[in-house]
Amino acid sequence: MSENKEFVKFEKVDKSYDGKVLVVKDLNLDISEGEFITMLGPSGSGKTTCLMMLAGFETPTNGEIYLDKNPISNIPPHKRGIGMVFQNYALFPHMTVYENLAFPLKVRKMPKDEANKKIDKALSMVSLSGFENRMPGQLSGGQQQRVAVARALVFDPAVVLMDEPLGALDKNLRESMQYEIKHIHESIGVTVVYVTHDQGEALTMSNRIAVFNDGKVQQLSSPDQLYEKPVNSFVADFIGENNTFMGEVSEISKDKCYVRVNGVNIIANPISVKSKGEKTTVSIRPERALINPKDSMDNNHKGKIEEIIYHGDHTRVRLSLLGNSEFILKVPNSSENLDIKLGNTINIGWNSQDARALDPK
Amino acid sequence: MSSETQKILTTDGIPLEESLKKAEKKNKIKAFLLVCPLLFFIIITYVFPIGDMLFRSVDDRMVTNMLPKTYKAMESWDGKELPEEDVFAAFYQDYKLLIEEKTFGKLATQLNYEKNGFKSILKKLQRKMKKFEEGNYKEQIMDVHKRWANVEYWRAIKRRAPEISYSKYLKGMDLIEDESGSITQVPEDRRIHRVLWLRTLEVAFFVTVFCFLMAYPIAHLLATLPMKYSNLLMICVLLPFWTSLLVRTASWMILLQQQGVVNDFFVWIGLVADDNRPEMMYNKTGTYVAMTQILLPFMVLPLYSVMKTISPSLMRAGKSLGGTPFVAFWKVYFPLTIPGIGAGCLLVFILAIGYYITPALVGGASGTLISNQIAFHMKSTLDWSFASAMGLMLLVGVLAIYWVYNKLVGVDNIKLG
Repeated sequence: MSENKEFVKFEKVDKSYDGKVLVVKDLNLDISEGEFITMLGPSGSGKTTCLMMLAGFETPTNGEIYLDKNPISNIPPHKRGIGMVFQNYALFPHMTVYENLAFPLKVRKMPKDEANKKIDKALSMVSLSGFENRMPGQLSGGQQQRVAVARALVFDPAVVLMDEPLGALDKNLRESMQYEIKHIHESIGVTVVYVTHDQGEALTMSNRIAVFNDGKVQQLSSPDQLYEKPVNSFVADFIGENNTFMGEVSEISKDKCYVRVNGVNIIANPISVKSKGEKTTVSIRPERALINPKDSMDNNHKGKIEEIIYHGDHTRVRLSLLGNSEFILKVPNSSENLDIKLGNTINIGWNSQDARALDPK
Repeated sequence: MSSETQKILTTDGIPLEESLKKAEKKNKIKAFLLVCPLLFFIIITYVFPIGDMLFRSVDDRMVTNMLPKTYKAMESWDGKELPEEDVFAAFYQDYKLLIEEKTFGKLATQLNYEKNGFKSILKKLQRKMKKFEEGNYKEQIMDVHKRWANVEYWRAIKRRAPEISYSKYLKGMDLIEDESGSITQVPEDRRIHRVLWLRTLEVAFFVTVFCFLMAYPIAHLLATLPMKYSNLLMICVLLPFWTSLLVRTASWMILLQQQGVVNDFFVWIGLVADDNRPEMMYNKTGTYVAMTQILLPFMVLPLYSVMKTISPSLMRAGKSLGGTPFVAFWKVYFPLTIPGIGAGCLLVFILAIGYYITPALVGGASGTLISNQIAFHMKSTLDWSFASAMGLMLLVGVLAIYWVYNKLVGVDNIKLG
């Protein structure tokens, strides 16, 4: 799949709109051929700007973008051969579905019968065969979305950019479209750069995720790495749920450190702390902390139940633990009879490997 | 039993339809009362005047009412030879009555429209009639002037007998119904209206074209610039609206006259010689320049309102799919602005075709339009029925253009905002 590790390459890219604020700061990013990479981040984090620079609608203020080793900053958008799916689909409302798909082929002067074959193929790929003569206005949101995807792929671009393409769809449709886009990617092996602010979407679809914040890539790794091993507290907070303790490192060794929180030492995994006395945020995923811990767990503390929220398949329990009254536990709905009652004090434990001592917030 | 079960009843047992009507009745009355003032206003200010105009343009009862006895006597006249004594006697009585009422002048004016030379012979008859003796009016009248013995003049009188006449419409098209009843063109030196109609169409067409060419980029800028600049630009577009039309036209006169600002500038940059300043006013040029400027906002606003709704991502999509900027514009952006183009062109064309003040002030002789001719007949010749006829012809022309436009573009595609 990845013959070319640097198919798309951002090199030291800066972008500023007003000459005062940098929207993208020193971006270095390699995307390999055939990869599905997602740019994830809150709004205003610079992810869409990166996409627009790649598409050619914005120019980098500094640095260079390479496509298959060729610098592309001076190539206008229509010569880049990059397909794009827009947030609001951007289907041409005065053309039929067929004409929409024929547009990129017509401007490339492709013979008609060859173009027809390609259009048929693209439409069957998004299971919309037979819709050729509909106008976009006569289609549902999901169908318009598929047409937009088909149109971006019909001229066999090397890279397809998708700018929050599922943002306007309702939840169920969004989920089924996620799988559909993922399957299309797998079957044709095109390089996809996907922008979203929905972490669930990013985790489901991508080979790798670049988490953006404040114009910088905070972490670039596979979905499981991102969730299990966040490298800083922003990523830990942004991806999934997260319990945090603020404290100070009181003792540190190679793979363990003691962090003093609220007068008590907890054992954590030192990720970004180096020395004694450093301030740190310890991050623990809710499902990694257990009630009535096993003996093997090296952290064991007592907490008071403040709130119980029933969620069907699981129950969320809010505890106050070591001075943190927002500590969340996920308890699976099983036949095990645990003593979860409001006001009860219970034992909570976790492995020190799952408690990551990150940078202070 | 079966019919009763088919009817849907409310829980109170009243048929549903009846109940719905009752519930909606109050709202319907309210809605009607709300539109009532406007309805009356439209009837009074729109339907009545147009109806009156239509009536006036074909109404030809004036002469009929002035010569009732004459026309009664003429019923049996075949119009080939001079009429018999009874017609002359009836005419004498009618005319005598008109002299007593002092309204004989109107008759002279009206008959003179029909045939030149009536005015003088009617005046002469009025002077001589005091000495007329009873009986044998035919000879006495024929003695007054030799034209009274000419059968053509009597035919002219007879032609005015019908209460309704479309002669004003013919006149508006430089046609006339001659003595034999066939429709022919008026003599070449009197064909002025057809030129005016053609010129009006030409001016309206080119003003529309100029407005379109200038308004399209402005509207595009308005729709795409950041708010800060587009507001300023919008004010620049609308500013002329806040100035009186007369003032704007007058300022064009200051700019365009031979010793005016524009000519001074041309001389200063050496484009024209000082003693050879071009005439930019009192001709078609002046009309074009001033009307284009004045009607420009009517093109900008519909275009702007349509362009505002076109998502910028459509152009981007066009480019990302491989279209050059021109292709993306021509295949994607332009077709989407057609509703605005249609609305703007129709609006400007219709306004231009009936424009009055600007051509009257800067048009001169070669730049006046049909509306100026209508005004001329309303104010100077007082031939209101002719003015009405031309007004209606203009209205019909506009409706015809609207019809053609509807066939070509479709009125549903118009978007005014």
